[in-house]
This record gives sequence, structure tokens and C-alpha cells, in this order.
Amino acid sequence: MNTLKLKTMKTIKLLALLFISSLAIACSSDDDGDGDDHDSEEELITTVIYTLTNNADNADEVALTFTDLDGEGGTDGIYDISGPLTANATYTGGIKLWNATENPAEDITEEVEDEADEHEFFYSSTAGLTITKTDVDGDGNPVGIATTVTTGSAATGSLTVILKHEPTKPNDGTATGAGGSTDVEVSYSIEVQ
Amino acid sequence: MKHYLLIVVLCFLNLAHTQNCTYTLLGEIKDFHDGTPMSGATIYNETSNTYTSADINGKFSIENLCNGTLILVISHVGCETKCLEVEINGDTYKEVSMEHHLEELKEVTVTADFKDEKTSIEQSISKKQIETFTDKSLGDALNTISGVSSLNTGNTIVKPMIHGLHSSRLLIVNNNVRLFDQEWGDEHAPNIDINAGGRIDVIKGANTLIYGSDAIGGLILVRPENYAVKDSLFGSTSLSLNTNGRGGNINFELVKTYKNGFYTKVQGSYKTFGDFESPNYNLSNTGIKSVNASARIGYKSFEKGFDAYYSYVDNTLGILRASHIGNTNDLVRAINSGEPQYVADFTHNIENPKQSIFHHLGKIEAYKRFKELGKLTLQYDFQINRRKEFDLRRGGRSNTPVVDLRLFTTSFQPNLKIDAYENLELNTGVLLRYQQNDAISGTGTSPLIPDYDKYDLGIYTIGTYNLNLFSEISAGFRYDFSRIEASKRYRVTDWDETYNYDELFPEFNSGIIESSRYLTNPEFSFHNISASLGYLRHMRNDFEFMFNYGLASRMPNPSELFSDGLHHSAARIEIGQLSMKKEVANKFMVSLERSNQNFGLTISPYYKYISNFIQLIPIGTTTTVRGAFPVWEYNQTNAQIFGIDVDVNKTITNNFNYNGSLSLLRGDNLSDDIPLINMPATNFSNSLIYTNENLNQLSIGLTQKTVLQQNRFPDYNFFTFDAILQENVFVDISSTPSTYTLFNFNSSAKFKVFKTKTLRLALNVENLFNVSYREHLNRLRYFADELGRNFNIKLKINY
Repeated sequence: MNTLKLKTMKTIKLLALLFISSLAIACSSDDDGDGDDHDSEEELITTVIYTLTNNADNADEVALTFTDLDGEGGTDGIYDISGPLTANATYTGGIKLWNATENPAEDITEEVEDEADEHEFFYSSTAGLTITKTDVDGDGNPVGIATTVTTGSAATGSLTVILKHEPTKPNDGTATGAGGSTDVEVSYSIEVQ
Repeated sequence: MKHYLLIVVLCFLNLAHTQNCTYTLLGEIKDFHDGTPMSGATIYNETSNTYTSADINGKFSIENLCNGTLILVISHVGCETKCLEVEINGDTYKEVSMEHHLEELKEVTVTADFKDEKTSIEQSISKKQIETFTDKSLGDALNTISGVSSLNTGNTIVKPMIHGLHSSRLLIVNNNVRLFDQEWGDEHAPNIDINAGGRIDVIKGANTLIYGSDAIGGLILVRPENYAVKDSLFGSTSLSLNTNGRGGNINFELVKTYKNGFYTKVQGSYKTFGDFESPNYNLSNTGIKSVNASARIGYKSFEKGFDAYYSYVDNTLGILRASHIGNTNDLVRAINSGEPQYVADFTHNIENPKQSIFHHLGKIEAYKRFKELGKLTLQYDFQINRRKEFDLRRGGRSNTPVVDLRLFTTSFQPNLKIDAYENLELNTGVLLRYQQNDAISGTGTSPLIPDYDKYDLGIYTIGTYNLNLFSEISAGFRYDFSRIEASKRYRVTDWDETYNYDELFPEFNSGIIESSRYLTNPEFSFHNISASLGYLRHMRNDFEFMFNYGLASRMPNPSELFSDGLHHSAARIEIGQLSMKKEVANKFMVSLERSNQNFGLTISPYYKYISNFIQLIPIGTTTTVRGAFPVWEYNQTNAQIFGIDVDVNKTITNNFNYNGSLSLLRGDNLSDDIPLINMPATNFSNSLIYTNENLNQLSIGLTQKTVLQQNRFPDYNFFTFDAILQENVFVDISSTPSTYTLFNFNSSAKFKVFKTKTLRLALNVENLFNVSYREHLNRLRYFADELGRNFNIKLKINY
């Protein structure tokens, strides 16, 4: 009977020790220091600037900007259109994505370029613009960072830019047909005159 | 009888020689619990091979004894036979305590009607039933009980629901330890290996106070097995293979018990599945990998004992790739197309999006019984839950989780069970708990759940009183104090304008601004009071009537308080509120039950009124760089949920049995006078089972389960701007999928192998007719169909 008691005691002590040590290990296996070490949104795109430069006139530059500095949630984003486009002209388009919460602002376009095979921009307009993508990824499929934009006669309408992550490539050329998930969807109100 | 002989033999080994024999031993035999004399006890004097018995006062005497050691074997009806040595030194008096609570030491053969709390309205899943779910989840097994359903994310993340209530409203208790595994999230399934448990009880009624004050939905108890006190070594290995998902599960367990009361068990399981299939397409990236292990060691005797348990669960769960969306328009396209946007060839690989979770749980429990008082139990436990969620990310971040949270919980619980009174049993105890959440840095996202420390103190008393032979009443009261201290950053604009916290909670703001965010320290204390009342009456013809009333209150969980921002894996913005009040529920349930093999019946209607019911509902969209983005908000309403659960079993002939169940439920949002979101639809099942004990215990069954379309749902549909079409489009996120009926086929048989071992072989077919369907309570119902037909084969060998 006594030996049994002794054995029980021993086992309990052993177990207690085991538990305490496992606890100590568990607590010390923190991957971080404690306290306030929280990240900012790294993948955040705060700014989309689509710059159109008239091939015939370098001074005719139109910047279409969308800015949402506090990201998803918070206050809504703001559109800024620098001016009207010229009718019946050909523009060279370049798109830039920024994360302005970083200092200095991080160029997200570079990330897209590095993973061009997993990304594609889609452009559409209701103001009579023809937009063609002039760049390709490693597989020869369009990316859409560089574009050529041809304007028609005077009109007002929208210009929509969509960036898809992991779309089907090649695809039917529409954002809807390409699938994937949307990383950017901005719609500028433009004027052609 | 065997036991008795063993003791006699043991006693013989202790024979002692004596002389000078004129003394008298006066003995008194009492009940260990309440000290009442035990008349009629038999006393066998082994030394002289004579018998005597105790008188009406429990007293006996043996005369003409010599100085020295006397060996007595005392037995009494319903008690454990006791062998003791009495030191005779002149005339001697000896008090002997007998124990009649034998059942706790015996091997418990699990039966459906075995309950800890007799007045409690509950249902159980036996070890045998659990074995049919060896490669499924806890939620899948519980789904077979009437009134229990599940909120799913795909088919591997299964969150149990009792009467439409889930997450923090449901306490899940594993081996007497309340599980804390970030249960607040809709897509956070309980981290339990179903193979590790011995029996699962679902308490729908109110007898839940020992485990907490907040069991508004109910309680799920995963219980360990109870072992016989004898020398034995046994175990089993089981293997389950499936065509759908092309995977399965292997589980082994080994138990060693000793007749001195020690026991030990080790168990391990490994599960792997690749992509599952719906009838028409592959469900890409829905695989699962799961590694589980548990160990248990303990010692039990009547007076004292201990139990130490440790379990480890490591799950990697793929999330349907097609469910990854970027904005509301992606969601609209998914809903309208009716087919997943991404389908690839079958693979066993699990890519992003996925969840990777591990959970450690350890506990040690020790008890001691005190004469004429009861049983004191001390329990210490700890848990570590680490949750990583991976999403499709840009810029080489695919191996960096978007969510990385570590939750540590530890608690200490002394409990005293007082069973010294004849008709009254009291259970009283204290709970001390500390919890720490750490949002681990390096994710490149702002954490949805902030760092916090939480402290809990609980105190409770529950009494059960036998009114008479036929009825029993129980009542309990519990008080809980909880304090949570968090550290969180809020956008300046949100704090000052959107949420108006600058006026409501100025004291939480540290004033420090970093990247246009305030560092805040919200702190809240809650006092919760809960109570329960239960009544049981046995009636004629095996009928029982039960009534349960429960008052439960729950403090808002961290998700409901602090959520504020993008929930990457759910592709929605989730907003909690610091101004959340506690949720208080009044629950009423009655149950009429007949436990009878030939014709059994359970009818349980219930009504719950919940004030300040916290719900997460879609409230529209916000304009972001991704276009319109869905916003879901936690808000509070008054709610009522009522319904009825019915179960029937009937023996048709010697070989044929019928089982049926029906669950009806209605949930109302009383504040807005609309139905509650995510309430289970009416469902019923019928099964016919053929068994033949003489033919290798052959069992063949066919089960039909029908889930009707949920026609009572709140309309949270909205319009969103489609940039391509340049017009508003309708987002139908509320409409529910149509009625479906599934048939399952089960068969099993037992064979003797290697002389002493048994092999159980089972062949099952799920979704026999390969029906395409969608389930209203699956969060991924917008994106893909549920699983198609599956052939399953199970082998289990006992040794």
C-alpha cells in the first residue's frame, strides 16, 4: 500500500514537472518580442495613376489619379482627373500603382511586373477610346502596364482600369472572362474634346 | 466474484501467528459518504476462518482474540469488498468505512442513457458511432443529432451549431478542459481529433454551469473512456479509405491498465485528402492534412487518483480556390455563373488559400475523497492555439500568412462534490483563468484581432435533490467576472468620425499616432450571472419527463469587440464595436423521452429569448481601390429561437430497426421584425437497419436525409456598381439554395482473426445518387456545389 502511495506521489511530481517544463517551452517559443509590433498593410495599393501622353504633343499629358490613403475601410477614395483628352489623337499610356503608406512610397507596379504571368490589366471605356496593351509577359501574353490609347470624337464617359490577380492566361481579353480575383478596379470619369 | 476471490488469496498471503487469546475486537461499519451504519455487512475473519455479521447499528464483535494482526474481509451488498489488517492490542475498537459508489471504478459500458446529470436534456454519440466518422470532423459526427447542425466553410471546416447557435455560444469541452481555439470566427472549426475521445455528449438543456456561464447554445462534451481496474493491454488500429478526395485516415490506440489502479493510453492519427469532387467538377484546393496525437496517464482508486492528458492537433486545410475573390463584382460573377471560377486537375497538394493550425492541450487533474463530505478535484490545464491563414498574395508573400495569431489559455479549477447527504448532492467550485492573445508580427497586414490579456474568475454551486423515488430536481447558480485589456491601432478617421469613439471612449486613446493610426488600450470588465433549473420525473412504461430552464450570459468576444478591417480570407471588411453589451439568454426546454429498444421516443420543444444577440450581417459596400468591397458589421438585436427536436427508434422485426429524426427551428430578429441570419432549415432523416448477430454481426443500413429550403431568411441583398457595365448590379447574397435529399448506405461485419483478435470491416457509400446540391449553411455556397458520391471502406482491428 505504501509503495503504491509513494509511486503515485512520484508520478504526480514527475507529471507536474513535465507540465511546468512544457509550459515554459511553450511560452518561450514566441516568434516575436512582446509588445506593440504590428504591421502595416504591405500589399495595400493606395494610389493608381494612369498617365496618358499625346504621341503628337508631349505637353498634352493627362493624369488620371485614384487615391485612398487609408486603404480598405475608413474614408472612401478620391478621383482626380487632370484635364480632358484631345479627340482623334493617339496617346501612350502608362500605369503606376503606389503604396503611399510606406515611406518612401512603394512602387507596386514593380511587383506586378515581376509577377507579370500572374497579373493582367484590363481597360474599358464608354467614351469611345480604343485601348491596346503593348507589353507582354514571359509567355507572350499581354500584361497592360504599357498601353496605347486612341481617342475618337468628342465624348464624355468612363475609363475603367481593372487589375486581375491570377487570371486565366491567355483569355478572351475581358476582365469578366479572365476570372481571377480583382486587385484594382477604378473607374475614371473622362472627357474627350 | 473474481475480485472477491482475489482478495481472499491476497489475504492468505498475510497470515500472521498469534497467542494469549482473550481480547475482543469491537467493530463499526459505516458508509464512507454519510456515516450511516451499514447493517448486515458480512465480516469474514480470515485468521480463524469464521464469519459474523454486523447488527442493525453496523456493529460487530469478535471475541477470544490474541494480540497481533487480524485479517478481515468485509463485504456488503453493492459495496466493494474490503480486506483489512487490524492490529489487536488488548481490547480493540475499529471503525470501517465502506464504499458503495462502485460504478466509477468499473469499466463503463457506454449506453445511450448514461448521464452525469440526470435532469439534463442531452444526447450522446457512442464510441461505436464515432468510429464511423474516423476520417471526418467533430461537426460531421454531431450533425447526426437532431437539433444539431453545422456552419461550414467548404467541407473540411465544420463548425457545430446547436439550435442555430455556434462559435462563442457553444462550449466545447475536451477531456474536461474547455476548448479555447479562437472559436469566434465563422471559419474557425474546433481543433479536436474525433478519434481521441471516448464518447460525445451534446447538452441542449441548461446543465452547463460547471463549464461556464455563456453556453447560450449548449455544451459539447468530448469524454475520455473509463477503464477497468485490472491488468490488461489492448488497442486497435483502424484504416479508412475514400474515393472522393482520394484519401483517408489511419488511427491507432494502445491502452495498458493495471490492477493497482494505474492506466495509460497513447493514441495517434493521420489524415490526408486531396481535392474533393462535386458531381460535376473538381473542387480545387479543398484537401486536408491532419496529424494528431494524444497521451493519457492516470491512477484511480476510490479515495484518490489523478489523470494527466495531453493532446496535439495539427491541421492544414485547403480552402476552395474559386472562393478567393477581390471585390463585390467578383462575388456577383461567382453567384451568377453558378460554377466555380477556378477548376484544375485533381491534386493532393494544398496551395493558398489555406489554414494551418496547431493546438496543444494539456491538463492534470487530481482528486481525493473525504469521509462524510465528498470528493475534491483540482484541475490545472493549458492550451496553445496557433492559427495561420494563407492567402493568394502578391510580391512573393505566398509563404507569409495574412493572419497569424497565437492564443494561450491556462486555468485552474478546484471543484468539491459533496455527496454525504442522502438525497442531496452539491457541486461547488471556483475557476481562475488567464488568456493571452498575440497577433504575431511579420504578416504584412494589420491584425484583425489585437493583442490582449484576459482574466476570468468564476464561482458556482449546483445542487441535485431527489424529491422521491420518481423525481429529481437540480438548481445551480454561477457568477463570473471577466476583464479584457487590449492594445489596438485604430485609424484616426475611424476613431474620431466613423465610430465616434473619441466621444464614447476617450479614456482608451493613448494619443500616440503612427501612420495615421491611434494606439489605443481598450479595457472592459464584465459581470455575468447565470443560473439553471432542472426537473426530472420518471413515469410509467419507461417514459421520462424533463424540464430545463437556463439563464446564460456571455460577454462579447474579441472578434465582436475589436474587428476592424479587412478579413483577407473572407474577402470582406468586418467591423466590431467597442460598445457591445453582454448577451443574455433565457432558455426553456422540455423533453419527453422513452428509452426502450422496441419503441423509443424523444420529443423536445424549446424556446430561447436572447437579448442583445450579437450577429454579423452584411451592411453594403465601401469604395476601395478594388472597387466596391463588401462590409459586414457586428450589431446587437433582441432575438428568439424556438423549435422542436424529435427522435424515434422502433424495432420492426428481430432483424430490422427503424430510426428517424426531425428538427424544426425558427429564429426571429425581434428588433427588426425579420428572420435571423444563418438559421438551420427544417430537416429530417429516416434510416432502416438490418442486423444479424449470428452472421458476423452483419449490419446493413440505408439512411435518407432531407434538408428543406430555408424560406425564412433576412433580405440583406444590395446593389453594387459594376465598372465594366457602368451600372448598378444586384448582389443576391441572401437567397437560399433549394431542398435536397441525400441517401447514404452503410454496412459492416465483424470477423475473428488471428484466434483472439476481431476485425471490423465496413463499406459505406455517401451521397449514393451523386446529387448536386448546395447547403445554405456553407459559407462557400456561392462558389461551388457540395460533395458528390463517395465510396468508403473501413478496417478496424482490435487487439
